[in-house]
Amino acid sequence: MSKKLRVATTSLAGCFGCHMSFLDIDERLLTLLDLVEFDRSPINDIKHCGPCDIGIIEGGVCNAENVHVLHEFRKNCKILIAIGACAINGGLPAQRNHLDLGSCLTEVYLTEPGLAHGHIPNDPELPLPLDKVHPLHEVVKIDYFIPGCPPSGDAIWKFLTDLIAGKTPELGHGLIKYD
Amino acid sequence: MSDTFQLDGAAVPFEPGQTVMQAALAAGHYIPHLCYHPEFKPHGSCKLCTIKVNGRTTASCTMPAEAGLSVESDIEELNALRRTLVQMLFAEGNHFCPSCEKSGNCVLQALGYDLEVHATGFRHLYPDRPIDASHPDILLDFNRCVLCELCVRASSEVDGKNVFALAGRGITKHLIVNSESGLLKDTDIALTDKAMEVCPVGVILKKRVGFSQPIGERRYDQRPISAQALDDAPRQTGTGGSCAACEDPS
Amino acid sequence: MLPDNDPRFDAPARKWMDELISRHGGDASRLLQILIEVQEHFGHIPPAVAIRLSGALDIPYARIENVASFYSFLHLNPQGEYRVLFSDNITDRMLGSETLMEQMCQLLWLQPGKVSEDGLVSIGPTSCTGMCDQGPAMLVNGRAITRLTHQRVQEIAQLIRNRTPLSDWPADFFKVDDDVRRSGLLLDNKLAYGEVLHAALAAGGQNIVDVIKASGLRGRGGAGFPTGQKWEACRNAEGNRHFVVCNADEGEPGTFKDRVLLTRQADLVFEGMTLCALAVGARKGFLYLRGEYRYLLEPLRAVLQRRRDSNLLGESILGKPGFDFDIDIHLGAGAYICGEESALIESLEGKRGVPRNRPPFPVTHGYMMQPTAVDNVETFCQAALAMHMGADKYRAIGTEKSSGSKLISVSGDCAYPGIYEYPFGVTVREILQDCGAVNTRAVQISGPSGICVGENEFNRKLGFEDLPTAGAFMVFDDSRDMFEVARNFVHFFAHESCGFCTPCRVGTSILKQTLDKIADGHGTQYDLAEVENLDRVLQTSSHCGLGRTACNPVLHTLKHFRPAYENKLKSLMFSPAFDLDGSLARARQMTGRDDAGAHLKENE
Repeated sequence: MSKKLRVATTSLAGCFGCHMSFLDIDERLLTLLDLVEFDRSPINDIKHCGPCDIGIIEGGVCNAENVHVLHEFRKNCKILIAIGACAINGGLPAQRNHLDLGSCLTEVYLTEPGLAHGHIPNDPELPLPLDKVHPLHEVVKIDYFIPGCPPSGDAIWKFLTDLIAGKTPELGHGLIKYD
Repeated sequence: MSDTFQLDGAAVPFEPGQTVMQAALAAGHYIPHLCYHPEFKPHGSCKLCTIKVNGRTTASCTMPAEAGLSVESDIEELNALRRTLVQMLFAEGNHFCPSCEKSGNCVLQALGYDLEVHATGFRHLYPDRPIDASHPDILLDFNRCVLCELCVRASSEVDGKNVFALAGRGITKHLIVNSESGLLKDTDIALTDKAMEVCPVGVILKKRVGFSQPIGERRYDQRPISAQALDDAPRQTGTGGSCAACEDPS
Repeated sequence: MLPDNDPRFDAPARKWMDELISRHGGDASRLLQILIEVQEHFGHIPPAVAIRLSGALDIPYARIENVASFYSFLHLNPQGEYRVLFSDNITDRMLGSETLMEQMCQLLWLQPGKVSEDGLVSIGPTSCTGMCDQGPAMLVNGRAITRLTHQRVQEIAQLIRNRTPLSDWPADFFKVDDDVRRSGLLLDNKLAYGEVLHAALAAGGQNIVDVIKASGLRGRGGAGFPTGQKWEACRNAEGNRHFVVCNADEGEPGTFKDRVLLTRQADLVFEGMTLCALAVGARKGFLYLRGEYRYLLEPLRAVLQRRRDSNLLGESILGKPGFDFDIDIHLGAGAYICGEESALIESLEGKRGVPRNRPPFPVTHGYMMQPTAVDNVETFCQAALAMHMGADKYRAIGTEKSSGSKLISVSGDCAYPGIYEYPFGVTVREILQDCGAVNTRAVQISGPSGICVGENEFNRKLGFEDLPTAGAFMVFDDSRDMFEVARNFVHFFAHESCGFCTPCRVGTSILKQTLDKIADGHGTQYDLAEVENLDRVLQTSSHCGLGRTACNPVLHTLKHFRPAYENKLKSLMFSPAFDLDGSLARARQMTGRDDAGAHLKENE
């Protein structure tokens, strides 16, 4: 039997909904585990991604830390997959893109009622937000995209099994969804 | 027996005056399209329906059918082109399907599904297009406009009102409404207008009826657009009344 | 907003408006012409005027914005009292226009594209104004100014600061030279006014068509459609009224020969149009004059009046009962696409200049859906000459498939820019020698939508067999970066796309973005591949020639000068679409942070 494929997953500016949907493949997870082993993923709490065959990322890029994690994945993964609306087009977090970041921070931390003496957090531990939220493919090269908000467990299963079988993944009617 | 042309190897009969698109749909052959609507004069702007006629590319909705034409449509080269055009439209506007009440009934989305478009690919332009919620019963969300001009055409040709118009040029082109304030509430639009039904995406929306159809029962949940469009097609142009391609006005 | 609330809309303004509307017969198809006059009068189109117009012309209010917002020279918001537009063709840039614009912005304390706080002045770029042989050029409130220097820019800034009326500016500023360097059968002609018409009138309409067909004359606007065939189709087309339209919307960057013809040979142009009217049976003609040549309007109208007075226009021309024909001049307002014949017709009808779906073609369904012959300025001149010389003599000039002579607008890196008339078949090399070009790297033939030829192709010949051209001939020497040339052209197309079809509207914008990314040093092979993909999409699916040729500059320069692109690429296969560290700048500013964690490297 050939070596198992090593897979890493993470969520950037996302809601973990895509990961929840991934778990919706239910008992097929066991079949999948015959084929793959997990590197960094919320499933196992590994903190950094090592060399992998496949990286799966949900969420868009909204701050400096997202950029670092995305670069780490790109460097280590032979194939990088963007999963879900946020990773593909910025999704919900990108709804702030027509607003000025400075005005957002001012409103949230300084001018809203009850925020007397508030200040904009500047702790170096905190990642700085980017002025716009970007889909993954605007920051690194992405090899595949699984659309949906979230994509269904069946869609994820179909996509991954196609890919593992060496086919160009196709979702087809009923599985391809942008919502 | 009427004349025929060849479409992807099949003989397609046509009546004089029909375009390649009209003849193809009537004969049960689907050609992807977005700005074409069976009840309106062909527009030819979205270019989704681009075909190859005797080796030259042209829009099938405006191409008059002629005996003996050799037309190619369902070939990878053209489907790749159509995917790119769909991607361009997604990149141009702000299409956030998860929050759009037109999702599942949206032609642009359905085209993306049918053409197996997984992502926009291009850099998103994220234009700033404020919504117009001024009207008590109707919401305009310009973020989703694909500039097909169906509402412009419907309001002018069917409703006799000119509620909608285009302004700007090039990438700044956008939809406006006909009032001095620039707001929909100051126009003479009515819920019963044809212009209310024809938007293929989620720009023109009736308030308080969103998400009325559960997921799984929406128009393109059931059948892909390639199948739905054929049901809509045989209707004659200019007959008025309701059209299968339009949303149920009730 | 009520008219009375608008300080600019007082009683004299109302009177002016009423007079304007009645002069145009309250005709909605005159909307563009009316808006151009409103723009000239008020400096923009105030809402009060829009309301009044929509009522008086019985058109929807939104139609005003619909039309006005299509044309670069019309504004719905107040602009500066002095509206300064720097011609932004690559030849202007090569002559230093960018520095001059910066200088002027500094002198007048404002940013490009903005109106100064006191409302005095606005400064910005505009597409080629057709003064490439005497650039850098600009338009001030629509009036062309040539030969800009730092000295001249300083003087202009001073005049603006002093609010000196344009009419009191030194006449020298507005001097436009013809720069005719080489003349031939067209520019040397000594025809008396009406001479061609006299002869043609005796021969009759069908005979004109036959002669023009036999002369082999082809359109001089670039596409090269056989003129006689067009006139015959129009003549034979059924319709209530036939029309003749002269396309003087010379917008192709680098082209200025029509400007010279309209200056020197206006009678021949009108003679050609009248000849065409006789051939196709038209009673009405239009000359569509690009807004950049606004200064030619009064002289041209004077020529028309003289011709009316000489019975060369009007009713019973040359005493022939039933031969009635007159010409109206329509102005454009800054839209390159209106050079496309069906877009031009839409614009003539007072609408947005969007190319129509074809078929039907203008010869059967043109202006007001009636049979219309649309030809270029130079074509009408050549038609008159061909008619005068006879088909055989005319055909003997030029080459087999390209008969007659061609006016070439030479600009760029050469000692003697200007107008050169050659018989078709002249080689690129001969022109380069004549215009005193040295160390030439490339020549852009027929403008951005045309062909870029490199050194190994200088033996190619101008003509429909080899290098078809509308006349632009821009020379680039070995000091020029051909990538920057292509980028200038791509910006031009993105600005001029009418926005009707998806591939051109979105594609030209993305193409511009990608070339800018390469220029900023963030480009990779991946971006070059995207450019090639976009080119394919534009070429195969665009609605009209603009989109279909918008990728030519890139395709051609890539073919000849690929290193000019590759030198700018990073070795990486991928680079972000935006400046990563720059995108944290706003957050750094808001938080006051500048630690290592507050910065991003492009790749880690």
